[in-house]
Amino acid sequence: MSRSNLFLVGGVIIAALAIFLNFDTENAKKSKVADLDNKLNIYNWSDYIAEDTISNFEAETGIKVTYDMYDSNEVLEAKMLAGSSGYDLVVPTADFLARGREAGAYQDMDMSKISNVKNQSPQIQAQADEMTGSTNAGLVYMWGSTGIAYNEEMIAERLGDDAPIDSWALILDPVNAAKLEDCGIAVLDAPTDVLPNIMTYLGYNGTSTEEAHFEAAGEALTAIRPYLRYINSSQSINDIANGDICAAIMWSGDAFQAAYRAEEAENGNVIDYYIPNEGTNLWFDVMAIPADAKNVENAHKFVDYMMRADVAAENVNYVWYASGNKAAEASIDPEILSHPGIYPTDEAKEKLFVTPVYDAKTDRIVTRVWNRFLAGN
Amino acid sequence: MNYFLQRFGRLFVIWLPLVWLILFFMLPLIEMINVSFSEAKRAVPPYNPAFQFGPDGISFQPVADNYLLIYKYWEDYLWPAINSIRLAFFSTLYCLLLAYPMAWWIARSNKPLQHILLILVLMPFWTSSLLRMYALIGLLNPNGFINDILIWAGFIVTPIQMMQTDFSIYSGMVLSYLPLMILPLYASLVRLDSSIIEAAADLGARKLDIFKTIILPLSVPGIIAGCLLVFIPAVGEFVIPALLGGPEQLMLGKVIWTEFFRNRDWPVAAAIAIILIAIIILPIVYARYQDKEGIS
Repeated sequence: MSRSNLFLVGGVIIAALAIFLNFDTENAKKSKVADLDNKLNIYNWSDYIAEDTISNFEAETGIKVTYDMYDSNEVLEAKMLAGSSGYDLVVPTADFLARGREAGAYQDMDMSKISNVKNQSPQIQAQADEMTGSTNAGLVYMWGSTGIAYNEEMIAERLGDDAPIDSWALILDPVNAAKLEDCGIAVLDAPTDVLPNIMTYLGYNGTSTEEAHFEAAGEALTAIRPYLRYINSSQSINDIANGDICAAIMWSGDAFQAAYRAEEAENGNVIDYYIPNEGTNLWFDVMAIPADAKNVENAHKFVDYMMRADVAAENVNYVWYASGNKAAEASIDPEILSHPGIYPTDEAKEKLFVTPVYDAKTDRIVTRVWNRFLAGN
Repeated sequence: MNYFLQRFGRLFVIWLPLVWLILFFMLPLIEMINVSFSEAKRAVPPYNPAFQFGPDGISFQPVADNYLLIYKYWEDYLWPAINSIRLAFFSTLYCLLLAYPMAWWIARSNKPLQHILLILVLMPFWTSSLLRMYALIGLLNPNGFINDILIWAGFIVTPIQMMQTDFSIYSGMVLSYLPLMILPLYASLVRLDSSIIEAAADLGARKLDIFKTIILPLSVPGIIAGCLLVFIPAVGEFVIPALLGGPEQLMLGKVIWTEFFRNRDWPVAAAIAIILIAIIILPIVYARYQDKEGIS
């Protein structure tokens, strides 16, 4: 072997080692934490908690928290279904929790250990419990809607005063979509949060599981697909804040985070969000304990802490989602509490629905319709 | 004693890679085949293994449903598959066209420079590929660096749409996979005896002839190795089209992702992966086998 070849092989080995060692330090960090007795491993959505909540909890209880983040229910679910995730507390959306419980991936929460459960809004909790089919599945952390986020100026420039800033038609009417193509439209890559809403736009019931209704929704989406910039769930927050896109089907809190980022950046983009008057789906993110959690006691302590009115209010003021915590409302920023996009008016509430927990056959229909929309045929 | 050490050393050198391959390549592959013949169900894990060592002994109940389902909805899988193969093919082609002159230049440089250039080629591997893709997004966005510069310099008025196009996808693919093409090309070009080229030149061969009749044929093993190294992972590439591509580019990687994460159907996801392996790998293995037969 010539010297230069030796060098080449050496380089490849070093590169491989660098990758390998990188993994190794990751694991070492985890196992070090595992050596301590008083610990708690949390897996939550990204950008979904106030900056000092975890450190305050650690200071108060002496429990060492490892806090990891995900950005889709699917990623969390795959970890739960594979088992031995190592996490003690996770925050799935209620329909995913319902399926996970069916598979035996979650354990019941002992509500007698959570004294602050009295702060929870009974109406919100009842809606989530109906989906999971149990009052012990977990407690709702935040809830929200799927709607449309838009850049006020860019929409006004292109659609004038006629812009239907109260309807799904802003994006779903091909005439509007064509006019907005140049400034950029995005759609969430979350079929269960998009297809049922398109069904309400078409006049069907959002909770329908009929194949024909899904097909119709898919066709309506395919009609505007040539005008879409992309279909993605995590990219639109930044892009709409920067003015790279001007309208998007988004989750409520994401839209307000974008609005906040644009304000911070002082780039002149004013972002707002609305719940279309045809109706939209509500979702509930629930704090729940995996079946194989090792620090069950600490998980309960953390949930109890999160259910404190002051802690819950701080989190809402930071992430701009509606809380499941009723008692927190006294300390929530009035701007948030009075925004119809976050806490919907009673009138709007009547049009809100909860997407049912689909069975495997419906899952397959939803995915097939969605993939055809993605592929454009 | 010395004899034993030597013997043990030799065994170790031979067996270590073999054990590694069996543990981290063969066993996962066999497990994937096993999952692809299993029945999906709501449980942890979300399937009923076709083959398993249970408390009641060994059970073996394979089902073909997953493959039948793919057969039934073949149109939904065919287009993403064609997209993926097209993406992999052109990514490989662009990598080859860019890497060949680079590899040639590195191979013909003096030794100290060669070492520096090789380090530069390997350097991108030291940063997470995800970070590199996000850096690329920052460059190509409508309000990104390149558009800002062009608008500032007065070349264009409105931003050029570079993101979510074929251009952005291929930029990302070439950025990620180029080193895998350069290294084997370099390895074959550096071994090329320069006296052959000199001899050809002395005999009056033009530069193009030298390249066509001497350099290119002698570097064929490097080209094959490089193309395989780029093409095979590129077919299953998921992250780059997802980050840089628009809605038109539905790739097989994404289809497997949706089967796995959205339908929670691990068996069907595994079955697609197995079919993909069969379509891509088997012809390559067959071609290599034919090659060997031909030589002997």
